[in-house]
Amino acid sequence: MDANGRILDVHGLTKRFGGFVALNNVSMHLNPRERLGLIGPNGSGKTTMINCISGALFNEEGSVVFRGEEITGLPAFKRAELGISRSFQIPRPFRTMSILENMLVPMEYAAWGRVDHATHEDRAMEILALVGFQDRAQENSGNLTQVDLRKLELARALAAQPDVLVSDESMAGLSSAEVDEVLEILFKLNEQGVAVIMIEHIMRAVMRYCERIYVLDAGQLIAEGTPEEIQGNPDVERAYLGE
Amino acid sequence: MKISGFWIGIVLMLAAGFLLAGVADNQFLFFAGYVVLQGLIMAVAWNVLGGFTGYVNFGSAGFFAIGAYTAIALHQFAELPLLVLIVIAGIVCGLIGLGTGYLTLRLRGVYFAIATLAMAIVFESLITNWDYVGGSAGAYVITPAEVPFFDSFIEMMFILMLVLSLICVAVSRYLSMSRMGRGLASIRDDETAAECMGVPTLRLKLVSTTVMGVMMGVAGAPFPFFVTYINPLSAFDLLIAVNAIAMPMIGGTAVWFGPVIGALLLGTIQQIVTVTISSELNILIVGVVLIGFVALAPRGIVGLFQDFARKRRGGSK
Repeated sequence: MDANGRILDVHGLTKRFGGFVALNNVSMHLNPRERLGLIGPNGSGKTTMINCISGALFNEEGSVVFRGEEITGLPAFKRAELGISRSFQIPRPFRTMSILENMLVPMEYAAWGRVDHATHEDRAMEILALVGFQDRAQENSGNLTQVDLRKLELARALAAQPDVLVSDESMAGLSSAEVDEVLEILFKLNEQGVAVIMIEHIMRAVMRYCERIYVLDAGQLIAEGTPEEIQGNPDVERAYLGE
Repeated sequence: MKISGFWIGIVLMLAAGFLLAGVADNQFLFFAGYVVLQGLIMAVAWNVLGGFTGYVNFGSAGFFAIGAYTAIALHQFAELPLLVLIVIAGIVCGLIGLGTGYLTLRLRGVYFAIATLAMAIVFESLITNWDYVGGSAGAYVITPAEVPFFDSFIEMMFILMLVLSLICVAVSRYLSMSRMGRGLASIRDDETAAECMGVPTLRLKLVSTTVMGVMMGVAGAPFPFFVTYINPLSAFDLLIAVNAIAMPMIGGTAVWFGPVIGALLLGTIQQIVTVTISSELNILIVGVVLIGFVALAPRGIVGLFQDFARKRRGGSK
């Protein structure tokens, strides 16, 4: 935690791709155990933002501070060790491995300094039970359905024992019932003490899940507030629907 | 239980080697055995990077030849014992593995493969133009007529190669079954996801290229003493690189015993064909068998057995 009691603090972050400014001087923060939403139209810089937070990309200006520690230049695997975990928009399972083995990778690397080496497999099974995979641990991850892949993606991110979980469009393309299923999982893991940053286009899910929301448009932060405040904000409406 | 089974197997293999050395008179057996085991080390080495980590190396012959020529250069400089030459060649090739890893591992997929191929060619032209080790004319090594403890020099070389292969197999098995093995496999499956799951991908890849380099150097160092004459053409032989890829592909790349099976099988067939039909034909056989496996059984013999076992268990997944 830093002096303000925040777990994650992004300050004045700018990211350019050549001449294109993907993010322009964006600041945001996350409180411990908070459920935070990050929304905006396509191309507004949401995924760039979480790439800069997770270490997949490095920002040119500004800083990322995690639990009071500057992590701006750290590679992704170090950030995972510290406790920042992410799921991918398009699921990226380790295809030659079973579901359980997929879980053991983050357990044995990102979380290795923090888990009990004698019981980490049991812990992996507990997490699998959370997403309903307790009887399918030995199944190969290569032939899962879309919704199962999303669940595995979340379970695997959780196996890294994070303090912050970034969920990048975990629900895109799922049916309404499946969205509820994934939301349920995200609620459960938040109850276990994990702060969640949710990036999502499905407004029903964002409004139900998040306590606070940031809105990005063309690399600029245009609004911040509770779901109710965001819904009534004219700038947000303009960003999504145009003039 | 499984661990002790493996070590019992290692001891049995070693005992069998010594028994053969004690009983057999036919020197060709040791000659052929040496070639098969040399292929086995190369296959195991290639598989550490190609099979476990998912980076295809086309430059195996380069590492092998550097090992051989390190031994030649040191032999010219001072007549050091063969074991010392092997250790130094292993270190040199390990460092080259580390260096190429550092320079080229930021390349992925086919670009990495091209870079390793290019590297082998660069080394070949360097060696060809280095007079100290014989240049393009090659270099001779005079081997001792009598060696202690063994009936002949070739017999000693065979036992030496057997010990080296068993060490390499044990190292490769340790790599694949340890925590590191899972890390390497995650890199092979999805490098970006691996990095985000806390896997230090660059470090593991460098370990992988270094281990590969050491093993290939170790396989190459005794080669000049085995053939007694070496030139760039024979050291950088395409067949060495092709075999190093073909043997793991045929056996199965995902597990440590895949390349062992592939090397024993393909290596033995090649020796039989060389003796009974012709040495040219064995190159053709490697090609045909490799194409067959890549097209019909991409997971090799191990994969075929796994599929077969799964079907027998009841057809479900």
